[in-house]
Amino acid sequence: MTLIREADLGTPAIKSSVLLTVEVDGKTVMVPEGTSVMRAAALTGVTVPKLCASDNLEPFGSCRLCLVEIEGRRGTPASCTTPVEEGMRVTTQTPDLASLRRGVMELYISDHPLDCLTCPANGDCELQDMAGAVGLREVRYGYDGANHLDAPVDDSNPYFDFDPSKCIVCSRCVRACDEVQGTFALNIMGRGFDSTVSAGGTAFVDSECVSCGACVQACPTSTLIEKSVVEQGQPEHSVVTTCAYCGVGCAFKAEMRGNEVIRMMPFKDGKANHGHSCVKGRFAWGYATHSERILSPMIRERITDPWREVSWEEAIGYAASEFKRLQAQYGRDAVGGITSSRCTNEETFLVQKLVRAGFGNNNVDTCARVCHSPTGYGLSATLGTSAGTQDFDSVEQADVVMVIGANPTDAHPVFASQLKRRLRGGARLIVIDPRRIDLVKMPHVQADYHLPLLPGTNVAVINALAHVVVTEGLVDEPYVAERCEPEAFERWRAFIAEERNSPEAVEGATGVPAADLRAAARLYATGGNAAIYYGLGVTEHSQGSTMVMGMANLAMATGNLGRPGVGVNPLRGQNNVQGSCDMGSFPHEFSGYRHVSNDGVRTMFEEAWDVGLETEPGLRIPNMFDAALDGTFKGMYIQGEDLVQSDPNTKHVTAALAAMECVVVHDLFLNETATYAHVFLPGSSFLEKDGTFTNAERRISRVRKAIPPKAGLADWEATMALSNALGYPMTYEHPSEIMDEIARLTPTFAGVSYEKLDRLGSIQWPCNDAAPEGTPVMHEHGFVRGQGLFMVTEYVPTDERTNDRFPLLLTTGRILTQYNVGAQTRRTPNVVWHGEDLLEIHPWDAENRGINDGDLVVVNSRTGETALRAKVSERMQPGVVYTTFHHPDTSANVVTTEFADWATDCPEYKVTAVQVSRTRQRSAWQTEYAATREATTRIAVPAETQP
Amino acid sequence: MTTRIYVPRDAAALSVGADDVATRIAAEAAARGDDIAIVRNGSRGMCWLEPLVEVETAEGRVAYGPVSVDDVARLFDAGILEGGADTLYLGPTEAIPYFARQQRLTFARCGVVDPLSIEDYRAHGGYEGLQRALSMAREEIVAEVTDSGLRGRGGAGFPTGIKWQTVLDAPAEPKYIVCNADEGDSGTFADRMLMEGDPFTLIEGMTMAGVAVGATVGYIYLRSEYPHAHRTLREAITTAREHGYLGPSVAGSAHPFDIEVRLGAGAYICGEETALLESLEGRRGLIRPRPPLPAVSGLFGQPTVVNNVLSLATVPVILERGAEAYREFGMGRSRGTQPVQLAGNVKRGGLIELAFGVTLRELIENYGGGTASGRPVRAVQVGGPLGAYFPDSLLDTPLDYEAIAAADGLLGHGGVVVFDDTVDLASQARFAMAFCAFESCGKCTPCRIGATRGVEVIDRIVAGEERTANLELLDDLNDLMTKASLCALGGLTPIPVRSALQHFPEDFSRPAPVATTG
Repeated sequence: MTLIREADLGTPAIKSSVLLTVEVDGKTVMVPEGTSVMRAAALTGVTVPKLCASDNLEPFGSCRLCLVEIEGRRGTPASCTTPVEEGMRVTTQTPDLASLRRGVMELYISDHPLDCLTCPANGDCELQDMAGAVGLREVRYGYDGANHLDAPVDDSNPYFDFDPSKCIVCSRCVRACDEVQGTFALNIMGRGFDSTVSAGGTAFVDSECVSCGACVQACPTSTLIEKSVVEQGQPEHSVVTTCAYCGVGCAFKAEMRGNEVIRMMPFKDGKANHGHSCVKGRFAWGYATHSERILSPMIRERITDPWREVSWEEAIGYAASEFKRLQAQYGRDAVGGITSSRCTNEETFLVQKLVRAGFGNNNVDTCARVCHSPTGYGLSATLGTSAGTQDFDSVEQADVVMVIGANPTDAHPVFASQLKRRLRGGARLIVIDPRRIDLVKMPHVQADYHLPLLPGTNVAVINALAHVVVTEGLVDEPYVAERCEPEAFERWRAFIAEERNSPEAVEGATGVPAADLRAAARLYATGGNAAIYYGLGVTEHSQGSTMVMGMANLAMATGNLGRPGVGVNPLRGQNNVQGSCDMGSFPHEFSGYRHVSNDGVRTMFEEAWDVGLETEPGLRIPNMFDAALDGTFKGMYIQGEDLVQSDPNTKHVTAALAAMECVVVHDLFLNETATYAHVFLPGSSFLEKDGTFTNAERRISRVRKAIPPKAGLADWEATMALSNALGYPMTYEHPSEIMDEIARLTPTFAGVSYEKLDRLGSIQWPCNDAAPEGTPVMHEHGFVRGQGLFMVTEYVPTDERTNDRFPLLLTTGRILTQYNVGAQTRRTPNVVWHGEDLLEIHPWDAENRGINDGDLVVVNSRTGETALRAKVSERMQPGVVYTTFHHPDTSANVVTTEFADWATDCPEYKVTAVQVSRTRQRSAWQTEYAATREATTRIAVPAETQP
Repeated sequence: MTTRIYVPRDAAALSVGADDVATRIAAEAAARGDDIAIVRNGSRGMCWLEPLVEVETAEGRVAYGPVSVDDVARLFDAGILEGGADTLYLGPTEAIPYFARQQRLTFARCGVVDPLSIEDYRAHGGYEGLQRALSMAREEIVAEVTDSGLRGRGGAGFPTGIKWQTVLDAPAEPKYIVCNADEGDSGTFADRMLMEGDPFTLIEGMTMAGVAVGATVGYIYLRSEYPHAHRTLREAITTAREHGYLGPSVAGSAHPFDIEVRLGAGAYICGEETALLESLEGRRGLIRPRPPLPAVSGLFGQPTVVNNVLSLATVPVILERGAEAYREFGMGRSRGTQPVQLAGNVKRGGLIELAFGVTLRELIENYGGGTASGRPVRAVQVGGPLGAYFPDSLLDTPLDYEAIAAADGLLGHGGVVVFDDTVDLASQARFAMAFCAFESCGKCTPCRIGATRGVEVIDRIVAGEERTANLELLDDLNDLMTKASLCALGGLTPIPVRSALQHFPEDFSRPAPVATTG
């Protein structure tokens, strides 16, 4: 095991079909036209000294170390900024060049502290490397001249330091912030010798910096460096793995020293992130070693008892005996399980297998129920596949991007950077969102149209967009005729052309000006490759599935499916929400989205698993709660999900859990659900196990064990133990064997194996004989279901309405630095940026209620109330308020309702009628819950340590 | 009958009281009941005579100067309106030898016409070149400019026609014309004088460039230190637009072209064309690497002609009189005329437009009249702060791009600054490095750190610290800056330093000054 150092070819790869031949130091190479001399040299194996160049940044030409000689040209051009020409002959090493390079290094070092031995970058410093490479032996200028050695360190960022005394002003950090991240938070202040890197003139932590880490990664010295490296020293080996936060699925190198993670570095070969990262994946991994992690199994008979630490055998044995008792007492269907979108495909597959084969029922569901279940339903119905249609790189060929109900710069930051780069490159942008999200207007990005609809009116808007397409002759008729089911299309066309679906007719309900809506529709239909990216603002509605179908209809009608640059793309919230759905986590489906009532499929599973399987779908999560309150559902195995904090109507959820007799929580922390648990199985973080995650673009990527499971067992091992204790044998030696089983039983995964994943890096399913290396873009030669099916999408307003008592609409979401229920990110320094949930409210609504920025306010709905502080913000439109659900002491879901998607029961988190008023105290529920939590999370002190 | 009196509005004249003189003349005439009209013309370029008042008499325009407010009553007493004699009487303006010996092509109208009168401009041949250009094919206009031998007057001396051809050949649209009016070289003022004295010439030249290469928008990047030029240009552009010479249909043709003036913010480096483009786009004035050339990918990434004021202002006369007529002037590969700006320690500073080939000595002696101090000339810096210091032995070098370069100098923007024998070339060399350090954009290492170190090394040499080693280090630094800098600022700063070392070594080997104590 060694530290992986990726090659840096100096300048970005160029795409061109014209190849030029160039000779570098006598070696010949063919490169695409437009390639730099530096890159061409690197491709021949010749390393030209450089400091300001990096192959993820446009050439800059500032350091002047990379000068070369070119036959027939005057002078010594910089190889980074000089494109090759046919037949060019380049010499990279001559005595004159050596002298110039030494001269440059002599200047650099004349303004650099001579503290290499005590410098945190010692051993990982390009400046040091270059001094060696050019043979610098003396600095004749001395060290008494003008310098920056007294420049103070800015250590305000919790994750990295900025020490300008080490800075060589190569601008790589500034350029990375601009070009890679697209935030434009850094710049150079002053000019000439006074040029210094600045975060806009303020401390880093107070600046517009989003702590993505691109600048730190770009820095060739220790000017910008991770605090962990400063404190712990350099890593010595790397383990390539996949981030466990959002659905972008960034590849990282866990850079290790022994079993200690020193830092997480984005991996250049990662096909979802191409070497970029966000604050969560790059820095917020410290939760894995947080002191609140539970490392021992625990049990208790009643939730009011203190937890008792026990062995794995005892905990597993107790859980198994309880499940068996409950099934004997209340019937086979009285228990069930929840798979986790944060766990691996293999772990998820095992949990659903445990439920179906071990419990003998289909009572398995997953947290995708509450986020993207409508995506699966809607896309499956129209196109035939429950997944996004494109790879992320497809956006680079999009001409028009329509972002609906998603906030990528916060929730999918690494994809957002790729999107912003394309937008800066000229793609047009339509944003459909109740809030003025950052993409609407931010540095060098501005939406052509922002359609600020009222929450709950998505379907009216998508229908109106389609109405314009249909009635203005913008349908791609040949495409539809060739690819889509004709009768369904005609039915849809007639429906959508009805006047009640026109922009003018829905203007009142949606709040979107008809003229903007028409213009946006025309742009989408006629602007070239048009791609839709959407998030939970689409799905988490009573018409979530309808809206997904509406988007598919619009894309089909305009011919925007089946090639790069187009598509309908869900931005998945969690690292493996795609995978958990793929793996058969829903009560009605086996892996690969095949219904349990399908005899052929079921028989195959029965034979493979050597057990009889239930033919009817089992209970969904909300059904389980209802059944628990009815007294017929008594036990649950919950892996890696916090139902109490994430599901709607918290009081209903807690009552249901309290009514059960055996709740097994398998998690890293005593989460809110553990308050109601009888068995706690300590989970393993993504650093502690092998497996795979599947991201939003159907990309299966390896998760690799960097450190041993802190609690002794990886999650798949614990599930296996539970199954064995239940009497259903599982005997896997390694997760690769589970993947082999998945591949045997799932046609879309037929070609997937760990060996192939290691070889290719990652694979986008379907991967089988027809597509042995996977499928970046779906539906290229026709839709998966055969003919595309237009679905009639009648707009039905939600039953959740505002009235005099509840005049405002609450919508919820998340922000950059926190992740979902916050179990991980709250246990990192990310709380510096977001230490509590805030209620965002428009100044008018605030003023009407006497609310000032920072006031404590109470939010009431028909369901419940909670108190939190207000943030007065013009990002909101009047009448709409917003909060996040990252903090359990706020618990936004106390307020949300049980209204849900008609097809999938996905909760309507995005629309709750509320009232907001000033208050002086926490709500009654908050006080009561805090007391319950206090009383139910005690851990007994082992007897021998008692005094 | 109304008598026309010319009082310049040029900033050089204003700085010595031209406005007050004009006011006093008007008052004096009113008090005496004389019927006069005051025309605020540009400068004739004879700066030591400013304010130079001209009177239009039956014998033509006669000059008085330098006129102060206190002279006005006396001049009226002396019959100034009829060209009466006075100690300030200089005779017919164009017979003043300094002026009469020039070959004015680019500056033919400067000082003659009312800068803001488009009628006056046309009466003096203005827009005839454009009319001719509009009757020609694009390629023909470019060929005419190429054939004239016109080279970039900003300093680089690149053939203007070749640059235009590159932009003409570039397929991308839109294309831009950018006029570099960030005149920042020490001792230069020709751009300003032209913009203040004959702005329509520049406008016409830019319009021709636009027509020739297919550009529809032109920007004049003007240094903020030229407020008078700014006002004059803006007024002239408005007038040209009102008369149909700018706008959707230039002079009734199918060509659209319009011009905007943008102000710089005081950075010398923004006179470098790529930094200028960055600044024009609203960014920091940082140098862009080349390639791509601005002609291929310039302003906003589009094909762009970037030309100096004088280059563009010379195009009208070329089109008006033909390439052949223009290239008749000059020597070798330097064709046409060069507006020389004579300044520094010289008796008669000013603008002298002459065919290439005149020697430095002729300029200083025949035009400048020797040093203002009366002491011997010791050094002459040609071409601005990045130009070489020439000793007496090189003063017979002719003004010609190649000849000056052969003497390890550069012609630059045509500034000639004279120093007498009190000059210390070691401090001038130090100034060159200090200037570079002050004006460096900070992008490339040789310039950003090197210039600062250059000052320090010269200080050590002057202080007598390890002179031999430090002279060797300075030589290495000069070599590094020359070969490795990203742009001409760092790349040319060694020229004045090296010329000082080469021609005036004694200034670097004097005994170190002894520190004095209170």
